[in-house]
Amino acid sequence: MSRYNKMFTRLAAANQGAFVPFVMIGDPDLDTSLEIIQTLIDNGADALELGIPFSDPIADGPTIQKAAIRALDKGVTPKACLDLLKKLRETNPDIPVGLLLYSNLVMGPGIDGFYAHAAEAGVDSILVADVPLREAKPFLAAAKQYGIDQILIAPPNASDETFAGIGEHSAGYTYLLGRAGVTGAETAASMPASELVAKLRDVNAAPALLGFGISKPEQVKDAITAGAAGAISGSATVNLVEANLANTEQMLAQLGHFVREMKAATNKA
Amino acid sequence: MNKLDPKFGDYGGMYVPELLIPALDQLEQAYIDAQNDPEFQKEFIGLLTDYAGRPTAMTLTKNLVSNPKVKLYLKREDLLHGGAHKTNQVLGQALLTKRMGKTEVIAETGAGQHGVATALACALLGLKARIYMGAKDVERQAPNVFRMRLMGAEVIPVNSGSGTLKDAVNEALRDWSASYDRAHYLLGTAAGPHPFPTIVREFHRMIGEETRAQIMEKEGRLPDAVVAAVGGGSNAIGMFADFIDSPEVKLVGVEPGGKGIHTHMHGAAMATGSKGILHGTYSYIMQDENGQIEESYSVSAGLDYPAVGPQHAHLHDTGRAEYVSITDAEALNAFQLLAKKEGIIPALESSHALAHALNMADEAEDDTIIVVNLSGRGDKDLAHVQSILGVNFGE
Repeated sequence: MSRYNKMFTRLAAANQGAFVPFVMIGDPDLDTSLEIIQTLIDNGADALELGIPFSDPIADGPTIQKAAIRALDKGVTPKACLDLLKKLRETNPDIPVGLLLYSNLVMGPGIDGFYAHAAEAGVDSILVADVPLREAKPFLAAAKQYGIDQILIAPPNASDETFAGIGEHSAGYTYLLGRAGVTGAETAASMPASELVAKLRDVNAAPALLGFGISKPEQVKDAITAGAAGAISGSATVNLVEANLANTEQMLAQLGHFVREMKAATNKA
Repeated sequence: MNKLDPKFGDYGGMYVPELLIPALDQLEQAYIDAQNDPEFQKEFIGLLTDYAGRPTAMTLTKNLVSNPKVKLYLKREDLLHGGAHKTNQVLGQALLTKRMGKTEVIAETGAGQHGVATALACALLGLKARIYMGAKDVERQAPNVFRMRLMGAEVIPVNSGSGTLKDAVNEALRDWSASYDRAHYLLGTAAGPHPFPTIVREFHRMIGEETRAQIMEKEGRLPDAVVAAVGGGSNAIGMFADFIDSPEVKLVGVEPGGKGIHTHMHGAAMATGSKGILHGTYSYIMQDENGQIEESYSVSAGLDYPAVGPQHAHLHDTGRAEYVSITDAEALNAFQLLAKKEGIIPALESSHALAHALNMADEAEDDTIIVVNLSGRGDKDLAHVQSILGVNFGE
């Protein structure tokens, strides 16, 4: 059973949804980043969504763009990110780890090569932000070959054809977009998610995690009430990194507090 | 599913967030419908003729080429309203915007030429334009910023990333992913995700079609070569499209060699030979060994883009077109030569094509005919060139 499946089974038994924070690997530097990720785990994150910094992140708002720039300024490479995950995996054998990145970083070593390295680093899933279902074929094939779940995005405006494709190919979880636009905590999720969750259920998609604009415990609660299997919070998490660049201790304390609050909101009534 | 082929060999495609796929599909459908709609064609051709000034002239240079038996023609896109070829496809896409029932237009611009073309088309057709421009470019291209604003466009400086054209494209794509319901992204070159490379080529196709008709009339035969500058590649693909199936016509694209392609200061994506994905399309791009996009450089802001349109990548690999590079210094020399010898001040972009065509003409056999796409005029470059040559130039 995959780590995602185990997680969803465990959460179902506990009558909880999943809380999945996102941070950029290497932000603000590799050592602090490892501490940040460990803090997220220790404070109750059910799974992790981790970015590899890219120079031109077209799906990201200012918060995550800046995180990528901070990491790139420190010379963080995709290889260094995977090395960090390998290290993380040694002491955290169970938590599902998802990568979120852009296609050009995959094309460099070649799709096959990248997925092989990711599998070796203990990665459970890969989401390529600028690869829609229509271009996903070689990515899906590599994912299958290396035992990685290719995460697909279900946007609010997707056609029936796209929903059907998600049903056919999704694995691990389905990234449900709460709204249009780019990542960012400034604009809250606006969609009535229940309709989209129902559509995903109809096509037998992997469990839906709601992302984009999730920054408060109430939104996590709402997502789960709407039928999502959990929620992903990226920019709100990264904002706490950015706000405390001069004080790592305080940064980790605030991140820990944030994760505990968000996780507490995943308890179903 | 796509109705038109999104690829050129291995190149092209739609590498964008899933969220943008419906907007690109809508655009593809609107474009197909428009191409089959005589009313649309009539309106487009009407604007090109009565507003923009098509067909543009074809000028045989009188003094530029030393061998009197070699003919060098200029396709005068510099005479088009707006000062460059860009007006062609902008009018087409602006009409598509209206056809889709959208009221807003998003665009990116580097030097400001595509921004100016977008602003004029939106002013004419009653569309609301917002134009993303790198903060550095806003400073460097103040006259074009003023032009855009005069014509009612909102110019938004982009501070993220390097503050240049590629960042303006990123920001336009980000805007579009939140506004596709009411806004069209009027992409300015033959790059980006499908269907943009196809649409931009087809809305510039008349450059080559007119060239063919004009040269047949003047010379009774096709030219031996057509030469065009390549940044993203819109003027070049517009010139090439009608000649691709005429193998006797050599197609030559000229990339910006900047300070030399052995340095990092250039924009010759094909010359460096590395492939990847930028702004939604798989093509030749400038990147480091980790896949991070590198900054391009050229004296000509319009060629300063770290990728090239996917059809050019394909024409390169199949050998149908040849791609070379010309340095800043060579382009500046051609810029001055054309002014001095023919009384025409070309855009720095077009000066790259001209510089290479002059090299070709020097080595050509007798009775060779070469056509250069003079894609734009040099007014926008005057201050920049003056600052390079020195204010006391010519005294």
